[in-house]
Amino acid sequence: MSNIPSELKYATSHEWVRNEGDGTVTIGISEHAQELLGDMVFVELPDVGDEISVGDDVAVAESVKAASDIYAPVSGEVIAVNEDLEDSPELVNSDAFGDGWMFKVKLDDAGELDALLDAEGYKNVVDDE
Amino acid sequence: MSESNMTNKTVLHAKHLESAAKMVDFYGWEMPINYGSQIEEHHAVRTNAGMFDVSHMTIVDVQGSDAQAFLRRLVINDVAKLEVAGKALYTGMCNEQGGVIDDLIVYYFTTTDYRLVVNSATREKDLAWINSQAANFDVTITERPEFAMIAVQGPQAKAKVATLLNAEQTAAVDGMKPFFSAQAGDLFIATTGYTGESGYEIALPQEQAASFWQQLLDVGVAPCGLGARDTLRLEAGMNLYGLDMDETVSPLAANMAWTIAWEPSDRNFIGREALAAQRAAGDQHKLVGLVMEEKGVLRTGLKVLVNGEEGVITSGTFSPTLGHSIAMARVPRSIGETCEVEMRKKSVTVKVIKPSFVRNGKKCF
Repeated sequence: MSNIPSELKYATSHEWVRNEGDGTVTIGISEHAQELLGDMVFVELPDVGDEISVGDDVAVAESVKAASDIYAPVSGEVIAVNEDLEDSPELVNSDAFGDGWMFKVKLDDAGELDALLDAEGYKNVVDDE
Repeated sequence: MSESNMTNKTVLHAKHLESAAKMVDFYGWEMPINYGSQIEEHHAVRTNAGMFDVSHMTIVDVQGSDAQAFLRRLVINDVAKLEVAGKALYTGMCNEQGGVIDDLIVYYFTTTDYRLVVNSATREKDLAWINSQAANFDVTITERPEFAMIAVQGPQAKAKVATLLNAEQTAAVDGMKPFFSAQAGDLFIATTGYTGESGYEIALPQEQAASFWQQLLDVGVAPCGLGARDTLRLEAGMNLYGLDMDETVSPLAANMAWTIAWEPSDRNFIGREALAAQRAAGDQHKLVGLVMEEKGVLRTGLKVLVNGEEGVITSGTFSPTLGHSIAMARVPRSIGETCEVEMRKKSVTVKVIKPSFVRNGKKCF
């Protein structure tokens, strides 16, 4: 059973969201998602400055097995991307919730976080697969 | 429950679980896809030594006074070329329409004694075909499920195996050239493989397999799963049955023309008439290699455009050795040095080469 940190929020499409408490969030994909995808070979990230809306396909995680879209779990402006993934996409495999983060967003509406799953809700999604 | 619906396990199943393998269903066999990271396993084979459980593959012995005559009819290459005991030959067997029923390796011992190794995914139809074609020949067809098989591959593979052999076995494999085999005590050791590296494929009695596997682990041979097996064989430009060819595909369209022996012209192998007509017409597609150095991965099934005509990617992957994507594609013969591939959201121009990308750890194009 993969790790699901309780301090994070989750989307049913397997992205995690960490509230940094200053109107910004950090986003990545869950340990469960990287296990499904296998070894990561490329991660295509959005550009800093992009305006994104909930549900947009904003990034692509390409593994040995498949290319998988990553959807925006919140709306706002992309303020940073994890440039280390350019040369080391395997960080998504080795540390999905840490060094494998993908991008940071300045929230348009902090209320959107309430619509995301908590750890228990996400665990139910994983268990149902 | 029919045989094809049962989940088979090799005798090494428990060893895979001990090494934390992720198991998947592979045509009815529960096999390791990886033991954590298929890319690390891939690199282990390219730089050191890795091993694969290939016990699911089908070993078939063909013996009898007509064994040579039968195989000269059954397969598209000519086993009469085999004159040194132990020599191996890669080839295919075709139906009358010239479609590939399977690809296989033939090991020669004497003109009345051969061994075939065919794919596991095609086991039932292969055995049915071989037996039906054998009806008019004085041959005995014997499957050998009592053998497990372990492929040990990589630049250090032979040296690591050597540490486990006794004096008699060491003598048996001493100086063995590529594509040869030798029975060394209980071990049937062949210098064949599916990775583009040197190494052995070793068939041995099932009851000895777990212990031999453990000894290989103990000398630092990395266990490798089907994931790495696929990226290694694709880098080496080796076909995978069911993807790069099947019964609807001619060996001429599958980079297997070199495995057809047209001479002597009176050898009436199955499919000869159809293949000769295709060859004369020059109307078959061909299998090429594709190289894409930009980001993204060429995936199996993607459409290829060549001067307005269509082809298809038969196998595509990320090449861990090269750091970019490679593929094999079946395309119109008019193809030049580049072609277009329809990717997820864009059309990309890729380089066209002969289907061989990495040999002995190095880029070869």
